[in-house]
Amino acid sequence: MENLWRDLQGIYVIWYRDVLRFLRNRARIISSLGQPLLFLFVFGSGLSPAMSRLGAGQLDFTAFLFPGIIAMAVLFTSVFSAVSIVWDREFGFLKEILVAPVSRTAVALGKIAGGSTVALFQGAIILLLAPLVGVHLSLGQIVVLFALMLLTAATMTSFGVLIAARMRSMEGFQMVMNFVLMPMFFLSGAFFPLRDVPLWMDILAQANPMTYGIDPIRQVTLQKSIPEAVLETIRLHPIVTDVAILAVIWLSLMVVAVWIFNRQE
Amino acid sequence: MNAIEVHDLVKKFGDFTAVDHISFDVRQGEIFGFLGPNGAGKTTTINILCTLLKPTAGTALVNGYDVLHHPYEVRQSIGLVFQDPSLDDQLTAEENLQFHAMLYGVSRRDYEQRSREVLELVGLSDRARSLVRTFSGGMKRRLEIARGLLHHPRVLFLDEPTLGLDPQTRRHIWDYVRALREREHITIFLTTHYLEEAEYADRIAIIDHGKIVALDTPSGLKRRIGGDVVRLQTAQNSEAMLRLRTNLQTDVLLDGNEIVLRVPQGDQIIPAIIRTLGAPPPIEVLSINLRHPTLDDVFIHLTGKAIREAEANTTEYMRQMMRVHRR
Ligand SMILES: Nc1ncnc2c1ncn2[C@@H]1O[C@H](COP(=O)(O)OP(=O)(O)OP(=O)(O)O)[C@@H](O)[C@H]1O
Ligand SMILES: [Mg+2]
Repeated sequence: MENLWRDLQGIYVIWYRDVLRFLRNRARIISSLGQPLLFLFVFGSGLSPAMSRLGAGQLDFTAFLFPGIIAMAVLFTSVFSAVSIVWDREFGFLKEILVAPVSRTAVALGKIAGGSTVALFQGAIILLLAPLVGVHLSLGQIVVLFALMLLTAATMTSFGVLIAARMRSMEGFQMVMNFVLMPMFFLSGAFFPLRDVPLWMDILAQANPMTYGIDPIRQVTLQKSIPEAVLETIRLHPIVTDVAILAVIWLSLMVVAVWIFNRQE
Repeated sequence: MNAIEVHDLVKKFGDFTAVDHISFDVRQGEIFGFLGPNGAGKTTTINILCTLLKPTAGTALVNGYDVLHHPYEVRQSIGLVFQDPSLDDQLTAEENLQFHAMLYGVSRRDYEQRSREVLELVGLSDRARSLVRTFSGGMKRRLEIARGLLHHPRVLFLDEPTLGLDPQTRRHIWDYVRALREREHITIFLTTHYLEEAEYADRIAIIDHGKIVALDTPSGLKRRIGGDVVRLQTAQNSEAMLRLRTNLQTDVLLDGNEIVLRVPQGDQIIPAIIRTLGAPPPIEVLSINLRHPTLDDVFIHLTGKAIREAEANTTEYMRQMMRVHRR
């Protein structure tokens, strides 16, 4: 009982530190918005004419891209936050945490909670841009979107912690970026509907957790902006199915991340 | 109960034995020094004692708790200052302390009082709200010591607390450590490879290649290598030697124009020398000097190499430089 209380406190401390560091670092908040915005407005505007057939001509490409960009912000922030474990290792702070009377499980869960919160913040900031791309959201939609972003963030942060638990240097992280994160982003349906794509791409996309984050986020975001029938043509699964699959992936990744984190010396 | 009890401890990394069957006890309230060259196994031993590493064999008790079976109790009861810096430098000094307090379950009210106390102890009260990034190496080190004390540990581990610091800061840190022992009655386990610092300890274990080669008080260790050396010059050396031999019953040698005496307690023999030579007819003493053996001498005696020599190795040097820069 006492152990449980101590571990809850530990989770809270580690979560709080991540959030505090995030809020303090305004420069990082702004600079990390740069890339998503660039994608949204440059790709959005540039490709809109070419993509005019999208959704039987009733769906503007920028609006289509918008949910993908939200997910992108969530994905990158999640993984970056988790990988701060590697920085902490390099700069010594991780030792201070590991030698405290708090279980490794609490440390890993605190890190997942912290990264998810920070990623949720970033996603929410992008969400503020909805009116600029002609998407109107009701309060109900916003609440559901927050829940979906949080689930996506928790999944991706668990994935990040899983990688970071074994990583000893920042060089390794660059490799993960190039070989895992970028493909994950491009093969998630963020940029184009995953309908009528080659089989290899379909397989990779189905295996990609992000796919199940973006699909429901897009459906909820565009719910009120385009007709049901049009939405049918770009979605992959019903929202409930997406959420169920994503939740299973999240729990599995989290369990494995905690396990690996417990095993490190 | 001893503060630390180590029995036949072994740590292997693959085939390499970093800690090789060591045993020792640290008494409560003692300053216990671990002295040895780079790579001797000092940090590895501390990492085992603070539960960061699991021993390959042997047992270790800290405050009566087994490091393998009761790691949380061990952690709760110790404070640590690591060899490498371990502060979050994007946070303020106060925030670093606050996180520590929360991790160790220090209540809010205790925290207020304790943080004020420890910051004062290390002379950082006026910088509590500054970002750690803006601190000098010495200030960071002091803050780490303050943090290590925040939760009232019964044993404080200091892994090379003064590495890479200037002599003045080193002296300051030593003053804190000794003041601490007085005020907080805690046990201090520290490692160093500065021989002059090891003299501050109550007892010293000399460790080399993972083995303890000697364990004694600083003066005990010095006695092992055979006492002090007194050298003196007089106006009539041969007459003086004759008198000293008969009156003091010690070995008296002539080295150039100096008389050399090898004695167990140099400071006690000097008055006797003066009395002997001052007796009529007095012999004029031109100079007299006393040299205590240093731990350097002890180290050479025990391991066959000077401690500086043992670590004059480029990679280690680079490692040390990097550490200093990262402070
Ligand atoms: N994780 C590890 N894996 C493999 N070898 C290690 C590991 N940690 C330490 N060693 C080796 O164990 C030996 C003892 O290292 P340790 O860090 O305990 O030395 P130390 O006495 O603290 O030296 P220093 O004065 O340089 O801090 C060294 O030879 C080191 O290379
Ligand atoms: Mg060391």
